[in-house]
Amino acid sequence: MLDQIKLETTNPGATSTALLPGTMTPANPKITARNVSVFYEQKQALFDVDLDVMPNEVLSLIGPSGCGKSSLLRCFNRMNDTIDVCRVTGNITLDGQDIYDRSIDVVELRARVGMVFQKPNPFPKSIFENVAYGPRIHGMTKDRDELEELVVSSLKRAGLFDEVADRLQDSGTSLSGGQQQRLCIARAIATRPEILLMDEPASALDPIATSIIEELIDELRQNYAIVIVTHSMQQAARVSQKTAFFHMGKLIEKGETEQIFTNPVDAKTQDYITGRIG
Amino acid sequence: MPKTPSPHIVQSYEDELAELVRLISEMGGMVELAIVNSTMALVRVDHELARQVAGDDKKVDDLQRLIDEKAVSMIARRQPMAADLRRIVASIHVATDLERIGDMAKNISRRTLRMSDKRMAAQLYSGVKHMSEMVLGQINKALDTVTSNDVEACARIVKADDEVDALYMSLFREFLTYMMEDPRNITDCTHLLFCAKNLERAGDHATNIAEAAYYVQTGGNLPADLEAGLIELS
Repeated sequence: MLDQIKLETTNPGATSTALLPGTMTPANPKITARNVSVFYEQKQALFDVDLDVMPNEVLSLIGPSGCGKSSLLRCFNRMNDTIDVCRVTGNITLDGQDIYDRSIDVVELRARVGMVFQKPNPFPKSIFENVAYGPRIHGMTKDRDELEELVVSSLKRAGLFDEVADRLQDSGTSLSGGQQQRLCIARAIATRPEILLMDEPASALDPIATSIIEELIDELRQNYAIVIVTHSMQQAARVSQKTAFFHMGKLIEKGETEQIFTNPVDAKTQDYITGRIG
Repeated sequence: MPKTPSPHIVQSYEDELAELVRLISEMGGMVELAIVNSTMALVRVDHELARQVAGDDKKVDDLQRLIDEKAVSMIARRQPMAADLRRIVASIHVATDLERIGDMAKNISRRTLRMSDKRMAAQLYSGVKHMSEMVLGQINKALDTVTSNDVEACARIVKADDEVDALYMSLFREFLTYMMEDPRNITDCTHLLFCAKNLERAGDHATNIAEAAYYVQTGGNLPADLEAGLIELS
């Protein structure tokens, strides 16, 4: 299936400047997207997007349904590879390395770039096994004790451990919606990713569960770069440092979240975030 | 930014924003009248009119509270963004400035009531009257900027405040001369001087309103942008 993805690198020189691990300074972006376009068969969903994702920063992607924000998010860990008719052009690098390069192991890439989806989707396994699954398949721990330690620390970082400490063998699907979403976050961070992609992670949650997830996003920012797609303008304003607004597949405006929500430059951004007929 | 923004999808939100602007205009009209009447009461030594102005100030205060309540309610219920957020926050500031202008008119009226019934020489009043007209023009233009998109007009109001300040300083010197000429003038001249000071303060509030209107239109800080030469006046 992966072979069906045709990547046309419009900036072939970019891969030659790949940074070696450990040489990154805080000023360097974790992800750079240049001239990224996404096509579903003949239909173009995203047009020549240039965007950087900085470390220790939350970037919100906002825009009306079908504007291409989820398509871009799914480019960052090559989730679009799973869609046969999808074609991605342009250049996307992770720490300077082209993630669509043939040498890239997609499974390893997805361990480095974790993802949390709109609907909590725990495996039909125990809470413990949900979190242990990723580290186990990636061979990240050498014995059971180390694995248990990683599961517990991931659940703690996801703010869920105290609520499930005495029932780790219960099914993940027995948890409430908010707890299931935090379980999915624990599962995503168990593989020690560098970037977390979140596709409307709180849209199905009540305000309390949403606040817990938002508090968690703020804490996770200390260690990760986070890209979040959200339809809630207030959520984007609360959790992110940078915001990018998309409209009909085009990146209209990107900037500091505070500036975007108090004084956007583009009239389309203004119309969208103030709920006007654009 | 478009000169005329598109309407909101939610009509009731559009209506609430329009109502906020309408209330500001209504309050503006009330304080303009208060300045006119307080000056007239002072110049004509009309204690009845002065009492009326002082009593009417409560209506201005009530309107300020209503605007504040509506603005806070909209922030809570609508979660406004960008230009809407700026307009709602600015409404709170503008209502506060208008309420203070109302207080200035009330202060002038109270002072009129404390002054002697005997009218002083006409030239003593003419400076204050002229200053009142100048400040009234500033308030009027500032209220216009709340509904217009005229960024230049905001800047002109801020610049014109220097003329109001200069007039106050010249009145100050003039009253001082009268007081030195005849010590019997000291009490009433001091009252007049304080009235002039109240008008000068009202002028300051007019510039605050123009600055708030500029913030609504641009998101910028008018004095800082003027200082940086970002606004060209035709």
